[in-house]
Parts: sequence; structure tokens; C-alpha cells
Amino acid sequence: MNELPQQLVNGLLLGSMYGLVAVGYTMVYGIVQLINFAHGEIFMTGGFGALTVWLILPGGTSLWIALPLMIIGAVIVATTIAVGAERFAYRPLRGGPRLAPLITAIGLSLALQQAVWAWYPEAKSARTFPQIPGGPIELGPVTIQTGDVFLVLAAPVCMAFLAFFVMRTRTGRGMQATAQDPDTAKLMGINTDRIIVVAFALGAAFAAVGAVAYGLKYGVVDYKMGFLLGLKAFTAAVLGGIGNIYGAMIGGVVLGVAETMATAYINHIPGMEQLGGQSWANVWAFVLLIVVLLARPQGLLGERVADRA
Amino acid sequence: MRNRSLLILTTAVTAGALTLTACGSRDDKGGAGNGDSGNVTVTIGLDAPLTGELSALGLGIKNSADLAVKTANKKEYVKGVTFKLESLDDQAQPSSGQQNATKLVADKTVLGVVGPLNSGVAESMQKVFDDAKLAQVSPANTNPSLSQGTKWASGDKKRGYKSYFRTATTDAIQGPFAAQYVVNEAKKTKAFIIDDKKTYGAGLAGTFKGEFEKLGGKVVGTQHIDPETKDFSAVATEVKSSGADVVYYGGEYPAAGPLAKQIKEAGAKVTVVGGDAIFSPEYVKLAGAAAAEGDFATSVGAPIEQLPSAKEFLANYKAENYKETFEAYGGYAYDSAWAIIEAVKKVVDGNGGKLPDGARAKVVEALQGVSFEGVTGKVAFDEFGDTTNKQLTVYKVEGGAFKPVKSGTFGG
Repeated sequence: MNELPQQLVNGLLLGSMYGLVAVGYTMVYGIVQLINFAHGEIFMTGGFGALTVWLILPGGTSLWIALPLMIIGAVIVATTIAVGAERFAYRPLRGGPRLAPLITAIGLSLALQQAVWAWYPEAKSARTFPQIPGGPIELGPVTIQTGDVFLVLAAPVCMAFLAFFVMRTRTGRGMQATAQDPDTAKLMGINTDRIIVVAFALGAAFAAVGAVAYGLKYGVVDYKMGFLLGLKAFTAAVLGGIGNIYGAMIGGVVLGVAETMATAYINHIPGMEQLGGQSWANVWAFVLLIVVLLARPQGLLGERVADRA
Repeated sequence: MRNRSLLILTTAVTAGALTLTACGSRDDKGGAGNGDSGNVTVTIGLDAPLTGELSALGLGIKNSADLAVKTANKKEYVKGVTFKLESLDDQAQPSSGQQNATKLVADKTVLGVVGPLNSGVAESMQKVFDDAKLAQVSPANTNPSLSQGTKWASGDKKRGYKSYFRTATTDAIQGPFAAQYVVNEAKKTKAFIIDDKKTYGAGLAGTFKGEFEKLGGKVVGTQHIDPETKDFSAVATEVKSSGADVVYYGGEYPAAGPLAKQIKEAGAKVTVVGGDAIFSPEYVKLAGAAAAEGDFATSVGAPIEQLPSAKEFLANYKAENYKETFEAYGGYAYDSAWAIIEAVKKVVDGNGGKLPDGARAKVVEALQGVSFEGVTGKVAFDEFGDTTNKQLTVYKVEGGAFKPVKSGTFGG
């Protein structure tokens, strides 16, 4: 059986999830040049937010009713934490040395992880996430799980919404302006502080949707699920060109497909048996990143990383 | 160009963060020395993952060892000696395990250590304990090289550390035992073998593969996974297209659960088989009861619930109202702790009822000779420090829980 179409779909799904999280990194970076390392943990808290809603709902509630509420719960938790982090951890440091907020972000990331570990009931090991009932959907050579359907729908809808928001709304244009030149934007009457909050909140909302997709896809959420996924999403953002929202999505997909291909095929190349397999997928993902950055230091779609120095 | 250099710096930080994992250990109060009224306090150290993904198994070990210590104190099993348990958390990390080992060695009242759970962690602790001549009895390590040296497979068995003992059977028996069951009883001959590249998982997968091929089975594919990630869809697709009818996984349940779930969802008609580290209700929970149905796991020893020798243990464990169940290794942990208690008793009795100087080395010597009826059957150690009890059991998931289907010893 030719497994290539299925592997491509696997990669696409994984990549869409990276993309959803990568958008948060790239938007915040585009506007305040801060790499928000706590973003992976904001993603994680979104997952726990959704789980909490599910646990509060009376047992036996249909998932079709619960799911929208869970998404809302996830988004509320994640955006609250992100906006809180921006207000109390990052804003006081704005204008200071670049490294200060970066280190703060790393600290915040660890703090959030440990807080969930310590205080969320039974979060010391993985918690099971509700599953969409029903069997897989067969489309020719490709099988899509019910748990993936959400991701298949959510990723493009979110991206379309983001594109519309950034291009067509006042706030979105304000974001573009702030990204291009914060000082001039301020002089033109744009409330840049508000724009920054919106960027954080929007990124967190996307991460929360990604977290719900993660729970539905893998059946579990745990306190450290954001760590590795956050790093991958950050990689995806850099790969696509950090600061560019379309780049984040494309970077995510490229990264996801690359990892899947590395897992599936590299160990079948004669002489490469030892360098393949899923345990090497991360290595190949970073090899790809290095190669792309050597050829295009600005990333796949990035345009203006250097011109703001 | 400041932004560019910031980006490079960040990438470096990212790489650093990748190698960093949550460290730090939590510990109960140390201290204690000689107790009151001539009673000597002997501390039994314990090292297991008490937090993190494997904590279900680790807490079962801790509670069971605690029960052994309480029982010995209640019975005044060793006159003039009060036992105390000091539990340290290794989070299944070799580095934390080694720190804990150093800490236990530094505490002069510690005469024996129960643990750890993971073979990989044990590797990092063995030398520390051996240098201090401090006895270590693991209830759960199954990698053969820990006791028989790295060349055990070629028949060149050499004991590396005199202070290392274990009450669990090794993978040298467990893997082949599973292979025999898969081929002879389950009638499956096309295996896809996956491991997590850890000491335990890779070792177990290797011993399974050897026996499976000897019995005429065909290995249709192999994969090595990273247990930290949760996306195994590419592996699942590969399993499906390989036409395998059985997947053997060398690794632990936190990855085995999601892996089994994704393999079954991909539409592969396979039975997932694993070792003692997937023999946990958590496995069924993570894989989903429907997906896990029919999967099986081998585990060391006979099912505790069926052993007459375990009745007292079960009753006492219940009476203590521990919050967590004793899980796969509870009985072995109890026996490990009890072996240390027996050894201390022998040392104390042989010295006119007093703890001699250099008691640690004497406890190690005494351990080599202990023999008693424990929870899991007869407890005694062979020339490598391995248990002489070679019993294994196959457990199958039926109705959402592991049920014992066959006990026996591997005779190959």
C-alpha cells in the first residue's frame, strides 16, 4: 500500500497545529520584538481550561454541545493569562534591555508549568480529554480520525479570520502600523498599548483553539504538553519568517510535513537506518530550519527582520 | 542588525532549554540518628518517580515500602532497631536519581535503599551506592545489564556492582516470554517492533526480537520513538501499511497509551504487546478502553491477588488506607524493603544485638544470603544479585482492565 498520501495528511494535521500556536509567537514578535516563551504554556493552560469546562458540565453532556463551551473556556483561560502576563510581567519591562523580557518569559513559562502541576487536580500525570465519538472517515487512500476533524476545520477558519482581522478592521490595521513603526503609529493616534494587548490576546486565543485540537487528537492533556510543542511552534514561526502571520502557518505546515516524512522514510534509505525513525524527527526538523535560514535568513515568507535594526 | 543577533541568541537559548528538563527534588525531612532509650534508628532510603508521568508506579512502590517499614516496627522484628523510610523523588530522571543516591549515601543512618523504578535511573545510581558499599534493592529494574554486565547477551556475564540487587525478573526472560506467548498462544507471526531508545525499552525490544525470530516470526518493521512527543501518526501509518498483526512496544505507558490509540485509529488490525511498564490501568486510560481491548502485557511474578503469601500484604495495605494503589511493583517493593530488614536483622543478631561499625558493607554481605517467603513468593538472590524467582505472567486487557491469562517461567 502506498502510504504517502496518508503521511502527507498526518504531516499536514501536525503542521496545522504548529501553525495555530506559531501565530501567537509571530504576532507578538512582529509588534514588540519579544519572543514570548511562555506561549507554549499559554497553549497548555488553554487545554486545561477546556478540560475544566468539560468536568464542570454534567456527565453525559453531548460533545457537540460541550465543544463550543469548551473552546470558549479554553480561550477565556488562555487570553486571561496572556493578557495578565503582558500587563504584569512584560509591560513594566518595556523599553528596558531586550533580554529582560525574554528571561522573564522563560521564567513565566516554568512558573505556569509548575503551577498547573501543583494545583490542578490530578495533573501530576496526563489527564484524559473527551473524545469525539465515531469511526474514522475514509477518503480514498486517506483516513482522517474524528478527533482530527476539528483541526481540519479550525485551522483554516482561524487563519481566514486572522487575515480578515488584520487586513480589514481598524484594530488590525493599527496592528500593522504598530509593527511597521511603533513611534509613528503612536503619533498618528494609535493606542499602541492596546494594540499590544490585542496581539497577546489574539495569539492566546489561537493557541487555545490549538490546545482543544490537541486534546481531541491525542486524547490527553498534561502540564508539559506546551513545552516541546511551543518550541516547535516557535521554530515554525522562524522557519516561515518571524513577524509574518502567513509565514507562521506555512512554517508550521512545512515543519509538520518534514517531521512526518523524516519519521516515515529516512530509516528506509539504505545506510540511514540509525538516523531515521520518530526519535530523530526533531533533529531533522532543526536541520531543515538551519538549511532554510542559511539560504533565506529572513525565513520562507519573512521580509523585514533586518530592516528595523 | 540587533534583531538578528537577538534571534540567534534566542535560538541558542532554545537549544539550551531543550536539554534542560524540570529538575529539583522534593524530600521529606532528613536527619534522625540514634533514637531514644538505646533504640537505634536505621533509615531505609527509597528512590522512585513520585511525581510526573510515572508517579502512579512510583507511589505504589513508596507506599509498599512504607508498609514494610511500619510492619517491621510494629512487630519489633529487629530488637533495638527502629526503621524509618526516607523517600526521594527522581522524576524518572537519571540525573535526579544520582543526586538522590549521593544524598542517601551522605546520611549515615541509611543502611539500604529500595528503588529505583527505571533501569536508566539505576544505571546512574549503581556506582554511587557501590562506592559507599550501600545496599540497593530495586523492585522494578528489568534491564539485564544492570546485574550481569553489558555483554550478558553473548553469555559473558559479569556482575558489575556487588551492592546491587533486585526482586524483579529481568528482560532477558521477560522479552522472550512475551515472544513465546505471541507466537505459540496468540498465533501472531508478523511483528512491528517499536522502542523508546531508553535502557529499559530498547533492551526489552531487543530480547523480544531475538526470541520472536527464533520461533519463526517475521519482523516487518521497526521504529524508535521519542516518548516526549505525542504525535505518533507517522509511525501509526507505517504500522498499518506494514501488514503487521502484532506491535511489540519496549517502553512505558505514558507513550504507549497514545501510541496504541493512534495505531488502532489509523486502522491497523494489531494487538499491542508490551512489558511490565505498560502493565498499568493508566495504559488503558490513555489508549482508551475500546482501543486497548485485547492488548496484552507481561509482568514480573504471578498476580499478587492470587498468591497465598500476599494475603497479609493486601489486608495490611488496605488497612493503612493509602491514597494510591500498590500498582505493578507494590509486592516487589515490599519484598525489597523486607530483604533489607532481614539483612539488618542478620547483621544485628550476629553482633550480639547491636549495630556494628561498618554496618553498610555487612548488610550488603547479608543481603546476598537472605532467603524468606515474601509477598511475591520466595525471595533470594543469585550470584548476580538477581532474584531467583523467575515467574512471569501475561495480562490481557479485557473489559477495560488487565486480567491475568497465563503465568509461567521462561524455559528457553
